[in-house]
Amino acid sequence: LRCRQHSASCRELAVRRPRLQLRSLSAVTSAVWLAAYGLFVLSENSMVLSAAIFITLIGLIIYLHFVKIDQESLLVIGSLGIQVTSSYASGKESTTFIEMSQVKDVVINEAIHMQKVIYYLCILLQDPRDPQGVSEVVPLFQSSKPRLDCLMEVYKSCQEILDQRKTAPQSS
Amino acid sequence: MVLKVFFPSCCSSAESGILIGRWISEQNSAVILAVVHFPFIPVQVKQYLSEVQRVTKVSVSVLGSWNNSKQEKEESLSEFLEDLGTIFSHEPWIQISKEGDSKFWSCSTLQKQSNNHREEEIILVYYDQRKVMLSYLHPPLDTAASTDHKVDDASKLSAIFDTVAKSKILFMTDKYDDGPIKLTHWQSDGVEASIIVELMKQASVPACMLLTFLLSLISGACKSRVLNFWPLSFLWSKLSTCEQLAHRLQHLQVIGSNKKAQNQTQLMRKANIFVSLLIDVALGILLMSWLYRKNRIGHLADTLIPVADHVAEELQDLLQWLMGAPAGLKMNRALDQVLGRFFLYHIHLWISYIHLMSPFIEMILWYVGLSACLGLTVALCILSDIVALLTFHIYCFYVYGARLYCLKIYGLSSLWRLFRGKKWNVLRQRVDSCSYDLDQLFIGTLLFTILLFLLPTTALYYLVFTLLRLLVVIVQGLIHLLVDLIDSLPLYSIILRLCRSYRLAAGVKFRVLEQQDGKPLRLLMQINPLSYGSVVQTYRLPTYSCYPKDSWTSLCKKLFLGELIYPWKHKGEKQD
Repeated sequence: LRCRQHSASCRELAVRRPRLQLRSLSAVTSAVWLAAYGLFVLSENSMVLSAAIFITLIGLIIYLHFVKIDQESLLVIGSLGIQVTSSYASGKESTTFIEMSQVKDVVINEAIHMQKVIYYLCILLQDPRDPQGVSEVVPLFQSSKPRLDCLMEVYKSCQEILDQRKTAPQSS
Repeated sequence: MVLKVFFPSCCSSAESGILIGRWISEQNSAVILAVVHFPFIPVQVKQYLSEVQRVTKVSVSVLGSWNNSKQEKEESLSEFLEDLGTIFSHEPWIQISKEGDSKFWSCSTLQKQSNNHREEEIILVYYDQRKVMLSYLHPPLDTAASTDHKVDDASKLSAIFDTVAKSKILFMTDKYDDGPIKLTHWQSDGVEASIIVELMKQASVPACMLLTFLLSLISGACKSRVLNFWPLSFLWSKLSTCEQLAHRLQHLQVIGSNKKAQNQTQLMRKANIFVSLLIDVALGILLMSWLYRKNRIGHLADTLIPVADHVAEELQDLLQWLMGAPAGLKMNRALDQVLGRFFLYHIHLWISYIHLMSPFIEMILWYVGLSACLGLTVALCILSDIVALLTFHIYCFYVYGARLYCLKIYGLSSLWRLFRGKKWNVLRQRVDSCSYDLDQLFIGTLLFTILLFLLPTTALYYLVFTLLRLLVVIVQGLIHLLVDLIDSLPLYSIILRLCRSYRLAAGVKFRVLEQQDGKPLRLLMQINPLSYGSVVQTYRLPTYSCYPKDSWTSLCKKLFLGELIYPWKHKGEKQD
């Protein structure tokens, strides 16, 4: 977890995931090529080999661009909103910005998954029609799934900034 | 509270002056639209601003002062700028000053009316004025569907996008204009215009009028009485080509209308229809050139008759197989022979009809192939119609088999009720007990036995022909699915998302720029474009056909009972 404070009301919290290992990449590639070579020996068709190379390349590109998440970060700007970014291994960044008026609260939820209980941080969005109700729950850090101590730090930082929003209208 | 200042990045290098823009007090944010330079006369500035306010309905006012000093700090200028605050009274008066080429500006506010002098935190957000002006912020898909949207619940960002978009007239004057006021904004280096766009705008008016005139002629001819009396109108409604042509005609009417598009959705729809039509016609012409080169149409017509013959032969073989002992099942000989011979005679009639038509097939196909220039969708519809016509005998067989089977099933169920002493009460729509006479019971039981033992034969014929019919229906369905796809794909929106992604905005994203202690927080606001999936979902064009109206269970039930199935129901047909 890495936390940077840019100003009194702006914080950036980022969680990094482990990078793509060369070991696993070469293991998968050699397994696919061995299978293709076996098929080639059986069928005497050289198209199998080129198809295998093609599939490996395309599969790698798809994996890096759509599946492998490098870093997930949360940028909290008091009085503007919360921005959630996930950056993929190929450099693509997918961002969502939620305005402060839609954010009700940031909480840590528990979920029962198979045989264990996991904790996840989520943003509660306000229902425009019902001020007390919650219209949507946006879970954060979904692929990096940090532990509870990490989540507690993030939670404390977010709550500090969100508190400012609650106290500010009273002081003006 | 935190004060947010939205500053256009094009004004970073502007000369000193005063800032004009819009102050949104509910969000404590100031959207700066332009910088007015010295020298100016305050009265003229106020007049100009009230003019702009009247035209654009955006409350533009003087928000503060901008001090860009290339040399060291000039004390006199900063005092002068503070004094300006008294002339243009605005709460709060924002002062931004930049020294030399430094990236870190100092920003302060002057509050005159408040008693407690708080130090407000200021956030400086840079935005690209041209992109924000051209882009359209899409509301989230679920709220777009709900009808009760409150105006004061509008999100902050849409207020900012609205402000910049509506102030187009403010950006029309550039630095070469001789006016009393000199502004700096994104177009101040010269108003952008494109010759091609202007020429097309001028040419589109007479073109639209011509198109509307032609369309009125064509639709008048189509609606005339000659083409509409009963047998022909039934034929037109069954052919999918006519439906597709009517659909395209409607599209052309939408494009040709000379009403300007009111809002973004209408504009995008017009553009999508135009591009879709263009691509369709281009693909159609490509297909046509491919077909007519090397006389492929002739080859196609030559193979059509042998293919129809081959299909008929296969059907005859199938019927011979059914008339024997198909799959080891023992059929009732007499009924088998009757049904088999009936269907064989039908096939014989069909083959003679096809052979009668064979000299004309090539010519008909040649002329029909010419209509592929109207679009690829029309060509595909023609293909589907040809498939339907060639397999008409399968459809007839299916109808005969289904009717026979249906009658049999109804008879069996009614006689089964008689067996148990019950009867269907039509008045009350339920099964009631009933006492039958002896002769009724006797005849009923006899008929029941006969029908029951004839059931396997009829059921087998029904099964075989239903499977064949379903095969044809699936092939036609696939072709129609492809036609639907080409019809409804919003190509213009997809190309726009690819090339000018800032015009379709789903939201914004902020990037934190370098900071310095004591200076305000600097953020860069960029446009977050819509994802391709939501682009297609928001802008897809409506089509005329629906998807299967029956669920799987009701379809199976209908098949079991022998009711005729029409899986693809078109919109506008009466629902039964």
